[in-house]
This record gives sequence, structure tokens and C-alpha cells, in this order.
Amino acid sequence: MTTSVNSGRPGAIWAVPALAFFAVFALVPMVLVVALTFTTWNGLGSPTWAGLANWKHLFHDATLGQSLWLSFKLTVISWVVQTLVALPLGVWAAGRQRNRAVLSTIFFVPLLMSSAAIAVLWSALLDPNFGLAAKIGPWLGVKDGNFIGQPSLAFYTVAVVIAWQYIPFHTLLYQSATRQIPEVLYEAATMDGAKRLRQFWSVTLPQLRNTVVTSSVLMLVGSLTYFDIVLILTNGGPGTSTRILPLHMYLTGFSSFQMGYASVLAVILLVAGTALSLVVTRVTGFRRMQSQREGL
Amino acid sequence: MTTRTTQRLQASFVRPTVTARLLRGRRRERPNLLGGLASVVWLVIVAVPLYYLVASSLRPSSEYLTAGPLSIPHHPSAANYSTVLSSGFTRYLVNNILVTASCVVLVAGLALPAAYAIVRSRSRFVEVGFTVMLMGLAIPAQATIVPIYLMITRMHLYDSLTAIILPTSAFSLPVSILVLTGTLRDIPGELYEAMNLDGATAWTALRNLVLPLTRPALVTVGIFTSLGAWNGFLFPLILTQSDSKRVLTLGLWNFQGEHGADTPAIMAAVTLSMLPLLVLYLIGRRHLLNGLTAGFGK
Repeated sequence: MTTSVNSGRPGAIWAVPALAFFAVFALVPMVLVVALTFTTWNGLGSPTWAGLANWKHLFHDATLGQSLWLSFKLTVISWVVQTLVALPLGVWAAGRQRNRAVLSTIFFVPLLMSSAAIAVLWSALLDPNFGLAAKIGPWLGVKDGNFIGQPSLAFYTVAVVIAWQYIPFHTLLYQSATRQIPEVLYEAATMDGAKRLRQFWSVTLPQLRNTVVTSSVLMLVGSLTYFDIVLILTNGGPGTSTRILPLHMYLTGFSSFQMGYASVLAVILLVAGTALSLVVTRVTGFRRMQSQREGL
Repeated sequence: MTTRTTQRLQASFVRPTVTARLLRGRRRERPNLLGGLASVVWLVIVAVPLYYLVASSLRPSSEYLTAGPLSIPHHPSAANYSTVLSSGFTRYLVNNILVTASCVVLVAGLALPAAYAIVRSRSRFVEVGFTVMLMGLAIPAQATIVPIYLMITRMHLYDSLTAIILPTSAFSLPVSILVLTGTLRDIPGELYEAMNLDGATAWTALRNLVLPLTRPALVTVGIFTSLGAWNGFLFPLILTQSDSKRVLTLGLWNFQGEHGADTPAIMAAVTLSMLPLLVLYLIGRRHLLNGLTAGFGK
């Protein structure tokens, strides 16, 4: 009986290469990073045992508190701003009208750009002498147009550039989700005399619940990894005013060559990311929704 | 939803003519002014930087300093592009193509058999492995850069394209497998059974049944992986060093550092780096966008 059921089915061996490959380059590093927190290593030679020295250093790291606070602030700002723009924009772009289709084509172009390309482009735009910033600054109350040279402004400027990079992706998520809402729901709402705004609140928004969760998880966990944009745009400066946690970790490891302490910061990052995604998925029952959709 | 709405809902199923009339009615409703206005604002936010990018890249360096940032280039020239190409960008471009192609082949080659086994085999081991991999979706790559740097140097792969390809592919695997299992689950069991009756092995079923039916999903996986590899920055940053192993993203950053004042040339470099994807976008926008939201957009 067993043989007839299993005949013609692939064995477990088919999955081994992928699982082994993933284990070596994603799971082993996760274990290794914890081990490395107990060592001293400058990137050359071999790591040497250092006991708890790196963990104790946490209490003497003057920039850590600020890094954590900046990362937290960036996560919250990104989540609120990106959702508030992407959701209505995605719903609007879901319309089949010709002008909307043309505009959407332009809206999604930033999706093609690497973080490096976006950061380099914005460095030029924000150049206080010849860039667009020099022209626009006075309108926005920044007379010298120096958006990234001032500690108080640099952080928000970085948040804006990051929003510019990621809003198109989330708009795309909301657009494709809105298009999957059954038309009959709108017809029924129209028959009940619901106007556009009412339809948005009573039909569109509830139907997009799953997407709001997906998009939020991606934003919250993703905001812990924004790093390349900040590295190129400000390198954490001026001073340490944009030194968010992943950048602090990178610079500690690959600029100051304190790999052991960088590993401690990496563990914090890892724990924060896992905790955040667990909390969001638990609170919203995301996994249940995922499996529901798989059945569709 | 109110009961009244539900009744209407059922009614609209029963009477298609009503639906048709309503559909026509919806099309004719007054234009959404608020939405239109907001979208124009967003259009300006997106299009102005993009216009600046292209316009600056066509300006001669002398004009850049005198003309306003948004003026139309008076004497457009391709001189900046040749500056960029002669400064090593062709090599970065070739490196990017090599890295991207290798990642796609590696990911597709590993993910398809794995997804096939996950859906069709009855092994507990595969099930557990898949669960672990899904948890891997949440691992931020940033957190692993120190150990990956250590491993790559120990494997004597530091400063090679292989060093970029291996971890980049590994981090594309979970989503790729997720997308492929989704499609594979949609293949009805009867089709496999019919093949089994003909004495097909797991291998022939993969070739004659799974491969043709999962082709769209494989395209999605390919595009998702390509975009990640093409635009990757973190792994090249920590795992390569020499100019001959540089990829486009690092090349851009480096170029910005070397030509700090020559903004038109830098903008030409940015434009060049995104040109292949832009062409792909114009040819197959739907495929590209599907690839972007792979695993999340369903």
C-alpha cells in the first residue's frame, strides 16, 4: 500500500540541496554571530576568546542609546508615513482608467532603482549649492537649503528619502490587493446608496485588512535594515545624528574593526527583528490569514 | 456588512442585467477630485527627481553650474555617458550580469526541486525544513554580515564574484520556494496520478508536468531574484574590495566619491545602472511588478 502511494513521488532528498544551502549561508551565520559576541576579532587573523567583554561594553557605548532611539523613531515614522501615503494611492491606482494606468507606470519607476542609485541621486538633489535643495529650501523654511548638513534636519531628510524609496512598493501591494476585491461588493454598496468615501471605509478598507498586515510587517521589519541609503547619504552624520542601529553595527564592525562588539549589536538587531515580526503576526493572526489565502 | 447589503449582493448574482447596468453607472460617476489631486502631488514628488536625473545627465558640466537644476538642457550631449563608460563601468556592468545570472540559475535550480518535494513528498523532514525556512524570511541579512564575512574569508572566497553570489542566493531562497510551492499546490493530484499510471517517475513528472505548469511562477522567481541581485549592495560591500570585482551599486558609490563635483557624470552613471531594468520594465511591466511583490502580492 505504502509503495503504491509513494511511487512517483519525489523523496526527501530532492529538498536537501536547497535546505543545506540555506542552512550554511543563513542559519549557521545566526549561530555563529552569537558565538562571535564572546570573541575579540579585528577582521584579520582569527577571533580570540574574550568572555563577556563585548557584552559589558554595551554599557559603555555612548552612541548605543541614541542609535536605538533613532531606529525606533525611524521605524514608527516610516510605518505611519508610508502607510498613510501608500494605501490611498494604491487604492486610487487600482482604478482601470487610462490616466491612472499611465501615472502608475511612473509611480513605480523608483522600484527599479537600487538603494545606492537612490542615495546618490538624492545626494545631488540635496546639494545645498547647485542641487534642487538650494531652490526649494527657502520655500520650506530652510534658507540655506542645507537639509543634510544640520543634525536636527538630517534625520527627517533621511526618513523622507527612505519613504520615497519604499512607498512605491507598498502602493503596488495595495493596488494589486484592491483589484482583487470582488466587484459585487461595490455594486451592493452602491445599491445601498453608499457614496465613494463610505465605500472606501466599509468595503475597501476591511477587504484590505490582510494587505495592511503584510505591508506593515514588511515595513516594520524592513525599517530595521535601512542602512545603505543612510550610509551613502550621511554616513551617520552630521556627528551621530543619523547613526541608526544597523549603520552603527556596520561601522563598528567594518570601519572600526571591532567585530566582536559588532556581533553583539547584530544579535540585538536579530532579536528586535524577530520579536517585532512575532508580535505583529501574533496580534493580527497573520499566519491564519496566510493559510486562508493559500486555499483560494 | 448589513443584511440588506447581503440581500442585494445575492440579488446581483441572480440578475446579471442589474449588474451590467450598475457597472456602466459606476464608470460614469463624477471624477474623484480628491484622489486625483493627491495623485498629482505624488506624481510631482516622484517625477521631479527622475526628470532631474535624466536632465542633469545630459547637461555639459559647464551648463550644470549656470543653468537651474530643473531647466531643460540647452545643449544635450552624451559626453557624460562616455565619461562613465570609460571609467570602468562596462566591467561593473559585466560583473552585475554575471552575478545576477548565476543567482537566478542557482536559486531556480535549488528552489524548484525543493518546492516539488515540499508539496509532493510525504517526508516529515521536508515539512520541518520548510517551516524553518519560512522563519528564515524574517532574518535581516544585516545581522549576519560579520559571520558571513568570517566564513567567506575562511573559504578563501573573499573578493570574488562567488562570494557575492552565495549569500545573495541563500537569502532569495525562502521567498522563491514559497512562490513555487504556492503554484505547485494548484496542480491537481489527478494529473500526477495519471502520470503514475503511465509509470512515470518523480523525475519525468517534474519534467513533463511540473516544469510546464510552473513556468509563470519560475519567471516571477527569476525576476525577484534578479532584482535583488542586480541592486544588491550589502554583500558586495563587505565581501569584495578590488576594482575588477566591483558591481554596479558599489561602482556608483565609488564613482560619486571620485567625481564629487561632476554631478552630470554621476547622474549619467545612475541612469546607466538602472537602464537594463528600465528596458525590462517597458517590455514586460506586468511580469516585473509581479516579480517585485513575489510572495506578498497574492
